[in-house]
Order: sequence, then structure tokens, then C-alpha cells
Amino acid sequence: MTLNTTELLAIPALPLIASLVVGMFGWALKEKLSHTITSASVIVSALLSAHIFMQVLDGASFYGNFWTWMLSDSFVVPVGMMIDRLTAIMMLTVTVVSACVHIYTIGYMHGDPGYTRFFSYISGFTFSMLVLVMGNNFFTLFFGWEAVGLVSYLLIGFWFKRESANYAALKAFIVNRVGDFGFAVGILAIWYYFGTIDYREVFAQVETFVARGDVLHFMGWEISAITFICLALFVGAMGKSGQVPLHVWLPDSMEGPTPISALIHAATMVTAGVFMVARCSPMFEFSETALAAVVLVGAITAWMCATIGLVQNDIKRVIAYSTCSQLGYMFVACGVSAYSAGIFHLMTHAYFKALLFLAAGSVIHAVMAEQDIRRMGQLRKYMPVTWVTMLIAALALSGVPPFAGFWSKDLIIEATMAREFTEYGWVGTFGSFAVLTAVFMTAFYTFRMFFLTFHNSDRVPAETKSHLHESPKVITVPLVLLAIGALGSGIWGVMVLDIANPEIAAGYFGDAIFVLDAHNPLMALAEESHDHAWYHFLFTAPFWLAIGGIGLATLMYLRETAMPARMAEAFRPLYTFLLHKWYWDELYERIFLRPAQCLGNWLWQKGDLAMIDRGVIHGGIVDSIRAGAARMRDMQTGMVFHYAFAMVIGVFGFLTYLLLKA
Amino acid sequence: MIGLSDYLIVAAALFSLGVIGLFLNRKNVITILMCIELMLLAVNINFVAFSHYLNDLGGQIFVFFVLTVAASEVAVGLAILVAFYRTRRSIEVEDINTLQG
Amino acid sequence: MLETAFFNLFAGLSILSGMGVVLARNTMHSVMFLIFCFFNAAGLFFMLDAEFIGIIMILIYVGAVMVLFMFVVMMLEVNQARLREGFLQYLPLGGMIAIILIIEFVAAAQSGVFTEGIKATAVHLGQQVNNTAEIGQVLYTRYLLGFEIAAVILLVALVGAIVLTLRARKDAKYQNISAQVHVRKEDRLRKVRM
Repeated sequence: MTLNTTELLAIPALPLIASLVVGMFGWALKEKLSHTITSASVIVSALLSAHIFMQVLDGASFYGNFWTWMLSDSFVVPVGMMIDRLTAIMMLTVTVVSACVHIYTIGYMHGDPGYTRFFSYISGFTFSMLVLVMGNNFFTLFFGWEAVGLVSYLLIGFWFKRESANYAALKAFIVNRVGDFGFAVGILAIWYYFGTIDYREVFAQVETFVARGDVLHFMGWEISAITFICLALFVGAMGKSGQVPLHVWLPDSMEGPTPISALIHAATMVTAGVFMVARCSPMFEFSETALAAVVLVGAITAWMCATIGLVQNDIKRVIAYSTCSQLGYMFVACGVSAYSAGIFHLMTHAYFKALLFLAAGSVIHAVMAEQDIRRMGQLRKYMPVTWVTMLIAALALSGVPPFAGFWSKDLIIEATMAREFTEYGWVGTFGSFAVLTAVFMTAFYTFRMFFLTFHNSDRVPAETKSHLHESPKVITVPLVLLAIGALGSGIWGVMVLDIANPEIAAGYFGDAIFVLDAHNPLMALAEESHDHAWYHFLFTAPFWLAIGGIGLATLMYLRETAMPARMAEAFRPLYTFLLHKWYWDELYERIFLRPAQCLGNWLWQKGDLAMIDRGVIHGGIVDSIRAGAARMRDMQTGMVFHYAFAMVIGVFGFLTYLLLKA
Repeated sequence: MIGLSDYLIVAAALFSLGVIGLFLNRKNVITILMCIELMLLAVNINFVAFSHYLNDLGGQIFVFFVLTVAASEVAVGLAILVAFYRTRRSIEVEDINTLQG
Repeated sequence: MLETAFFNLFAGLSILSGMGVVLARNTMHSVMFLIFCFFNAAGLFFMLDAEFIGIIMILIYVGAVMVLFMFVVMMLEVNQARLREGFLQYLPLGGMIAIILIIEFVAAAQSGVFTEGIKATAVHLGQQVNNTAEIGQVLYTRYLLGFEIAAVILLVALVGAIVLTLRARKDAKYQNISAQVHVRKEDRLRKVRM
């Protein structure tokens, strides 16, 4: 069964059209019409995506090219779509979260001078992200990849009058460039080796390609071609998804408005890397080295960002580091070949993390743009709806059953512990350690932030106190909608979609994800314990670690409120180390920024000023041009006769040349 | 038989006449314009002759374009002349030198 | 033989009339000579199997461009004598340049630089080939862009010529229709108590 082409094209086209219309005519449409157009188009997109999703559940799929984008000899880049179960779940997640964020933005950005611009950007983002997930070849993927990067840049720097926002936007863009370079190299390598960039054709060739065993020599290293391709692609994923060491841009991206943090830097864009790895599962599966690298990077990120999150004081930064950390989880899942668990976590994470951000935005909105949790507290009585929804999100993030996060995270952790690497055993061990301890830290920092914001002592400054109020309906309704997702998407995924089926092909994903039976951790898991009863979670470590984290947070921030300060004093070096985010920024400044600045200065002083402005170039070229021009000016007499004479001389010269040549 | 060089010589003669005209009628803009037309005609003869002897229609197409541009040039040139005449009551070339700045 | 005779006729007449253009005392005579020259050139074009260009030459050049010249010459009352001042003064220089030029041209034409790939005597295709249709075939396919640009240039020249020469007379009595329509009673009527 094939899906309706018009319907499929409409899904990305509607947000694109809305974005262009509002972007170009926003000045004439005014606020109301602008947000109506964009929100309506994205909501229709979401409904269509839901419809597609139902059809895909019934076994429908789509594969086809619409037109040719580039053509150069044998290098053909078509624009086409591939809709399978992986795409369908991504489309649904993206459009639903985007629709919620659109509605939320109506309330949140109200009165901002760039209101219509903002709506144009987020609709454009929805389009780009849909292109990214729906494309059927690596170039449409790359197009979407770069387009979401561009929109992300525009939106981080949305308040362009703030210097810090501009720096954050530049940082995001430049760090992403590093990743995208790797990604581009990966795609070109695919074209070089496979002669095509179409998903289907590439994946069909992988097995014979691996059997042929091409080897690449690079600076004395010997690396198999498939590993090289996978690692290069993964570098792109690291950049986009904020993995160590390219994670530095993600926390800074919180300079953008909060709806953006929810939509782009938590729910959708940053998960593009995970999607890409899952999409390329038929390639990653054949490279143990690449998989181990994915696990290693993911585990380091999950663990390190969780430790940083423990001590941050900016409400959005805490959530941002938690995003990095959760993305690490997803990569660990992909690395241990539990792609389905990774995508499952991507979906549940999209709901509860978007909710967490939007709720934080609601809080920030209420306390007059204050983001420091040390200047909040006791907000529960003022904002009950925000409190409830944020509690649901926090429980989901911590991994408490039956909230969404528990189901997916539990699956990832168990899969990580079950997976055995043949060559890189230590990576598996480290991964298991990292994901387990990070569960504890996640629960702790989430509830630390939650308690400091809504409970604890009242530290809100007096002048903002009079403004404290629950947010309007346009803000709370999306919160409630997303809370339903955060509550139910986990159970829904396991019970209805059968996403956790160890036999991937028999479960939800079908043939969209490819896993070699030899290292399918879910299979190993199923063999270990045949009867998974509903109370199974009571006997697993992650559950008790999460409860422990929440308990410790309760103790430190509800009961013994003096304890955190004492502990910070006791472990002062560790505390500063974490507060300064492991000194990554300072390290990069030393290694990259300063030398680049020195080089730039040197070129400016020696090259620009000394050589061009005062030296050879100026004397040689500029002066002679000026003198020559002064002389040439006299030739323009304004007399037709003189011009005719010059023309005749030209004819003479040309004829003489011809005659001499003959 | 008539060869290519015969046509080229006719064209050369016409072109040279145009050039002489430019030099002799230094004052009369209308005659200067006509001399330019004469030179363009010479060029056109060359084009058509080459087109015929090379058996390539491109030459005739270019005559077509030259005609277009020449017609535009005459129209605009004469319009400028008329406008100029209105203000100066003269069409002498020596008077048309205010553009030299 | 007949062809040679006609060639000599057309070529000779066109050169003679070209000389007339340059040397005629009266500008009007120059225009007439130029028209005659174009007729003869059109004859040369016919001999070269370029019927379409030949006809265009007569229709457009003689019919439109030269008529425009005539109008302008007749419209502007110019002092013919003053315009011919210095005519003989430049004759030696101009003549010299022209003679050198023509010598070079003739030398170039006969040196064989241009004869590469040329058939010594091209066959006349006669009636079996429709020159106009063939030009159309090429003009609307290979040279379409140039054709369209030419059209735009003509349009611009047309508009430009009108704009340059259009002059609204200051003392002309125009009807201002919008003012007439918008007139109100209060502007025209004044109630006077008697």
C-alpha cells in the first residue's frame, strides 16, 4: 500500500508556505493573522502526520522521487521521500511538539517587536526538520540538516540586540560547522564508494561492500572504509546533537527565546543526530568500531553533562545539560544496537523535555524574565498548572514509572548492560557504569531544580512578587497537551506500538531498522528473563537509583535546606570544577580562540595595515591607478570626432595584426 | 564568378566612405549619424557575405541584431538631437560638449 | 556572367551613392543618397541569397529609419552653410586616413586571412530553400534569448525617444478632469443676502 503523494507533500509544504508568507508579509498581516496562518498550517501538518502514522501502522509505506535537484554526469541528486515507520514516528513527534510550541508562542512572545519574524522562523524550522526526516537520500538529509542549523542560528540570535545572544548564535553555528564538515565528508565518502546517495540503494549494497573489505589509509592509520564512513557521519551527529566534545554550543543556545529551546534545542533538531544514526543502522551495524565510538561518546556525554547539571543555577541551563545528557543516552542506545530504544527515548524525551522547557518558560514569564533558580521558590501556590505539568515532566525525566521516560530509559539501560562487545569490552562496561550513575544524577538535579523553583524558601524579589500569576490559557493548554504525552507516550509505545519487541522486525519498526542478530542486546535481554511481569521494575537498579536521587534532592532542598551550602563548601574544588562546566569553554579558548585571534591580529597588522594600506600594494597599485586615471581623464573630450578617430585607429591596429598574421 | 573578396572590397569601400564622412562633416550631427549608418551597412554586407560563403545562417541573424540596435540608436540619437535643438537652436557638434565635464 | 554584371551594377551604384552621402552639400540630398545606397545594398543581399535581410533592409531602413531622418532634417531649420565650414580643411586628413584604411582592407580581403573554410564560389540554392523560414528556425531556437533582448532594446528605445522629445507646453489649456469632478458647490456658489 502506498501513501497519498499530495498528502505527503502537503506536510512539509504547508509550514514552508506559511513561513514564507509570514516572513515576507508579516508587516502587513500583523500579529493575529501571522500567528493564525503559521499555527494553523503546522496543526494541519500535525493532523496529516497523525493520519500518515495510522496508515503506516496498517502497513503502508512510500518511496519515490519527485524531481531532480542536481545532475552532473553520474552524480544525481533527486528530491524524494521515503516514508517508513521510523520516518512516521519522527514526523508525528516533530509536528505535534511544533504545534504545541506554536500555540505556546502566541502567549509567550506576545508584544515582542519580532513577533511575526519569530513565527516565520519556527514554521521554517518545522519545514526543514520535516525535510530532514522525510528525505530518501543523503542529500535531502543534508539539506534539512543545514536548514535546521540555519534556523537554529537565527533563533538563538533572535534578540540580536543582546551581545550574548549574538555570541551564542555564532558559537552554535561555528561548532556545528565542525560537525557538518565531518558529515559532508561522510556523505561524499558514501558517494565515492557506493556511487549513489539513495538510502535504499546504499543500504542494499552494504553487505557486499563490507565483504569486499575496502581499506583506507590515512596518515599512517589503516581504517576500513565502512568504519570511516560511519565515524564521519557520526562526527556530524556529534555536532548537531551536542555530544562531547562538540557539546559546548547547546547550553549557550539557551540565549534564544524559551519556545525555541523547547522545540529546537530539546525536542527535535538536536535529536537529528540520533535519527541519522538509526536511519543508517544498516551501515553502523557492520562496524564494531563505529558502534563502540558511538557508545563511548554517548556515555561520556550522558555522565559528564549530568554532573554539570548538578550545580547549575540557571533554570534553562539545568534543563539544557539534561538534554545533552539524555541525548547521550540515545546515542548509547544506538551504539549498543538498540536503535529502537534510542528512537523510543527520542520520542518520549521530545514530549517531556519540551514540556519541561515550556513550563520553565512559563515560570520565567511569571517572574519577569528571571532565570536564576536562586531567586525563585514557593511558586507552587501562584502557578498550580505549571507546577503539576512540570512535576509530571520531572518524574518522566527522572525515570519514575509509569511516566514516559521510565519505559524508554529503562530499556536503554538494560540493553546497555546486556550488550557485549567482542573487541571493545571496556566500552560496554564504561557505558553501563555511566548510564546507571547518570540516572541517579538526573533524578537529583531535576528535582533540585524543581524544588528550588516551586518549593523551598521564598526568595522572589519583592518588586516582581506583585506580578506573580499563573500564565494565560495559550501557555497552559500546550503544557497540558504535552503533559499527556509525557504521561502516556511511554506506555503507549510499549503496549500499543510494541516498540520494545526484541525481534525488531516483528515489533513496531519492521524493516526500517536493521540489527544483526549477533549483537542484538534486546534479544539477549529477552533470553535472560522470559517472564517480564509488570512489577519487574521493582527489581531493577535504575528504578531504585532514580528514587534515591529524588530522595536525596528532597532531603537537601526540602528538609535540610542548609545542607547544599555546607556540601559546596566541603567539596569546594569539585564544586567550582562542575560550576565551570569542566572548563570546556576555557580549554577551547586556550586551544582555538587565542591562537586564531593571534593569527588574525598578526595578519591584520602585518598583512592588512603594513603591506596593503601602507606598503607595496598601496604604493604600487593604488597610486599608479590614481595617477593613470588622472591622465586618462583628459582623453574624454566629449567630441564625437575624437571618439571616431580612436575607433579608426583601433580598426587599423586590428587589420594590421591580421595582415601580419597571414 | 563573384568571390567573397569582391563583397569584402565593396564593404571596405563603404566603410571608408563612412569614416571620411565622419572627418569631413565634423559639424553636422545628422550627417555623422548617416555616416555611422553607412559603416553599419558595410558591416552588414560583410556579415551576409560571410554567411553565404560559409553556409551558416548565424551571420544573417547577426545582421538582424545589428539592424535592431541601429534602429534604436537612430531613434534615440535623433530624439536627443531634437531635444538639444530645442534648447540650443543648433545641431553643431562643437556645441554638444557639455558632457566632457 | 549576368551575375557579375549585376554585382558590378549594385556595388558601383552603392559606392557612388555612398560618396554622395558624404559629399552632398544639402543634408536632404545626403539622406536621399543614403536611401539609394540601401537599395543597392539590398540588391547585393539578394545576390547573396539573403532575401529576408534584403527585404528587411528596404522595409525598415528605407521605410522607417530614413523617413525618420528626413522628418528631422525637415523639422530643424539649420544653417547649411555654417555646418559645412571646415569641410575642405579636413579633406586631406580624412582622405588620407580613408585611403590607408581601404588599402589595408583590400589587402586583408585578398590576403586569404578570411578564406579559411570558405567555398570559393557558393552555390545558389535558388527556390528550394526558403531563407525566411530558415532564419525563423534558427532565430526562435538558438538565438531566442538574443531575439528577446533585441525586442526589449527596441521597446526601451521607443519609450526613451518619446520621453526625450515629449514636451508639455506650459501655456497649453488642458482640461483638468479630476478637478472638474471634484468641484463642490461651496467653492463656486456664494449666498448673498439682498
